Amino acid sequence: MEIKETLDCKGLSCPMPMMKLAKAIKGLGTGDILEMLGTDPGTKSDLPKWCEKTGNKIVEESEIEGGVFRYLIEKK
Amino acid sequence: MDIEKQILELKAKVDKLEKGTKDQISIVVFSGELDKLLAALIIATGATAMDTEVKLFFTFWATAALRDKKKKANGKNFMSKMFGMMLPKGSTKVKLSKMNMGGMGTAMLKSLMKKKNVASLDEMLKTAGQLGVEINICEMSMDLMGFKPEEMIDYPNLNYCGVGSYLADADESKVQLFI
Repeated sequence: MEIKETLDCKGLSCPMPMMKLAKAIKGLGTGDILEMLGTDPGTKSDLPKWCEKTGNKIVEESEIEGGVFRYLIEKK
Repeated sequence: MDIEKQILELKAKVDKLEKGTKDQISIVVFSGELDKLLAALIIATGATAMDTEVKLFFTFWATAALRDKKKKANGKNFMSKMFGMMLPKGSTKVKLSKMNMGGMGTAMLKSLMKKKNVASLDEMLKTAGQLGVEINICEMSMDLMGFKPEEMIDYPNLNYCGVGSYLADADESKVQLFI
């Protein structure tokens, strides 16, 4: 899986990560993978909802060290 | 044959339902306090990220927060001047609804927000404008409090309207809030 773009949202609070993500995903093409890094624990519940609404897909979700969440999102 | 007919009927019904409500949220922003305004703006900007159209209807105390602190309006009568002086002049001047403690609580929250990277109300308004959030200001509130259009903030999508416009917007919105 090739990562097209990485979006660093570390340190940002709600609703900034979601807004940055929405903006970043607009610049990608269908099937492209976006890597998102963040520290806001709210993203854990927000991103699946965001994907449900916008039709994009979380293909991988993990927690790397230092309380950083990592998501791979595939654009619809 | 019957099933085909039923499917067509269902499809017509779904089409009608989909047309009935847009993917839109209407928020009546009534309160003029920092915490409540922040909540309204966070929901509004968050909604745009969810591809939802947002219409804000600013009325009563919230109207004061949309004044530009650098702008001035002339030709006000005594009552309007008094109102103008007593109400916060713009989004940077609004206070918390609880724990204000003579401004100390508000200052503490603002410094916490900065530390935790939460956008200020002023920044939120700017972002909302860039994202196409529509702001409608209640004409009657403007009139009552003696505010004039020339003292309001520069905002890309700002209109003045009455309750009819709000109701029409709310009628076609999936979500309606009063803050």
